[in-house]
Amino acid sequence: MSTATTPTGSTKSRYNAARKKSQWKTIWIRFKKNKLALAGLAVFLLMAVTVLSADLWLDFESGALTMDLANAYQAPSGAHIFGTDQYGRDYFTRVIYGGRISMFVGIATVAVSLTFGGLIGATAAYYGGKVDDILMRCMDVLMAIPSTLLAITIISALGSSMFNMIVAMGVSQVARMARIVRSAVMGVKGQEYIEACRACGTSDARIILRHIFPNAMGPVLVQVTQTVARSVITVASLSFVGLGVSEPTPEWGSMLSFAKTQMRYYPYLSLFPGFAVVMSVMSLTLAGDGLRDAMDPRLRN
Amino acid sequence: MLKYIGKRLLMMIPVIIGVIFIIFTIMELTPGDPVMMILGEGAPMEAQEALREEMGLNNPFLVRFAQYVIGAFQGDLGTSYTSNLPVFDEIMSRMPYTLSLATFSICVAVIVGLPIGILSAIKQYSLTDNMTLAISLTITSMPAFFLAMLLMMIFCIKLGWLPMMGLSSPKHYILPVIASASSTTAALLRMTRTTMLEVIRQDYIRTAKAKGATPRGVTYGHALRNALLPVVTVIGTNFGFALGGSIVLEQVFTIPGLGQLMINAIRQKDTPIVMGAVMTTAIFASLINLLVDIIYTYIDPRLASQFTSVKRQVKKA
Repeated sequence: MSTATTPTGSTKSRYNAARKKSQWKTIWIRFKKNKLALAGLAVFLLMAVTVLSADLWLDFESGALTMDLANAYQAPSGAHIFGTDQYGRDYFTRVIYGGRISMFVGIATVAVSLTFGGLIGATAAYYGGKVDDILMRCMDVLMAIPSTLLAITIISALGSSMFNMIVAMGVSQVARMARIVRSAVMGVKGQEYIEACRACGTSDARIILRHIFPNAMGPVLVQVTQTVARSVITVASLSFVGLGVSEPTPEWGSMLSFAKTQMRYYPYLSLFPGFAVVMSVMSLTLAGDGLRDAMDPRLRN
Repeated sequence: MLKYIGKRLLMMIPVIIGVIFIIFTIMELTPGDPVMMILGEGAPMEAQEALREEMGLNNPFLVRFAQYVIGAFQGDLGTSYTSNLPVFDEIMSRMPYTLSLATFSICVAVIVGLPIGILSAIKQYSLTDNMTLAISLTITSMPAFFLAMLLMMIFCIKLGWLPMMGLSSPKHYILPVIASASSTTAALLRMTRTTMLEVIRQDYIRTAKAKGATPRGVTYGHALRNALLPVVTVIGTNFGFALGGSIVLEQVFTIPGLGQLMINAIRQKDTPIVMGAVMTTAIFASLINLLVDIIYTYIDPRLASQFTSVKRQVKKA
């Protein structure tokens, strides 16, 4: 049996690899034509590089943590291009390092929700019938609780910390992710090549991992960019109400929470972290929309 | 039709029990002993034990869960640890603020989003269309609380036109409603535009135009009716969003609604209040979704016909 399957399996995957490469290439060609999406991707990459390389050209200790009360509330100037905050810390450094938290939590949230949601959604779609019914009814129940509310509930039970925030936000996105993965897998499942694999006696796990996942990735990838974008907003919102990252760690939401109290006198304190959120979410959304259009030009208006 | 509504209402019961189960399990993870919270550190052991027995904390998890569910269906959500008032009363006294804010913002979103979405679709790629899309993209990329802060900076601090805090007069509603309606408006607008564009390309629209119907008649009589279905879905899902998002917005505008009750309860580790508030919100969100499904059947008669019996259909014919 195994001698019979190996050659077929490998030619098939080699064929798949070749086809997929060209498929991604065509997607990239279509994506490139969309100037807005390209701009979104460029801005996002620029922000990512700035934030990730911050250690090389910014000093976290002295810039973002060390207090210098004599220089508190300095308006933006040459020395501090974003000004300084209530403790005289350089606001630019804090905004940059704040991006790390948003980005990290956003990606970690996707990792958590994609792992569990993907597993649940793929299992439900692949086995169908009773398994599908039970799993998806459970997801419906989870979806009945608005996601921000669910995240807040989990944090209120576990206590506020970065790890708990990731758990909370990940769990609150599981149901949505499970639905997307389920519908994507359903679309692939009926194809002939899956049936061919099954006829060859390939194991379920192998079919799911090697054949279904790569082919169902499109819509999931679009959902991933949207989830990261939404997570950036949720992180900021949670920290804003004091349930996320707290002082002295710089984070956009908690910075805005303090800035709100000084809105009347020092509006720049609100504007910089606020527009950092807007810029990162907008660039991600544009790139994600572009990706969706490039993957399925029929959807485009 | 009534049968359909009844069936859907019955189907909601397991969902509600499931929601309670999830929230109950999450709350079970809260560290700390509620008895200590109520009596304070250093209370005598006997008093602690008595209270624990009285609150039923010695019972196993499933028994407590069952008791909570039975209580919940009778409107008894337990007693607040901090104020000692029934949770149900506390929630009901806050609910009007949150609910009115959410309802107003959905209404504003429909009134503003729907016509602009239609206009945007009819004049695709025009200046209006591009501007609309750019603005709606900016708004969806903005956390509602930051938009609220910007609005406050402009209208309360710079211009001094509107009050900043509370919800005591109609004037107080303006900014919170705008802030909470904005993201729904943007979502609604984009959905309306997308579905309208799809519908406009259908054959029956061309037919309607060919037989000489006025552009206005085609847009509102033929296209909009068919484009409305996905739009209604957006309204339903965004109502839940608005309820969840109000938690943050109420902090910004210092509105004494459900969100503020919840945030305070979380700070004071008042578990019964948190649980009650989450549950009420989830139930409201599901009820709205049910309402949306019912509205569906009115917009799209094809759906309703699935639920009317064959006999009646024959009679009608």
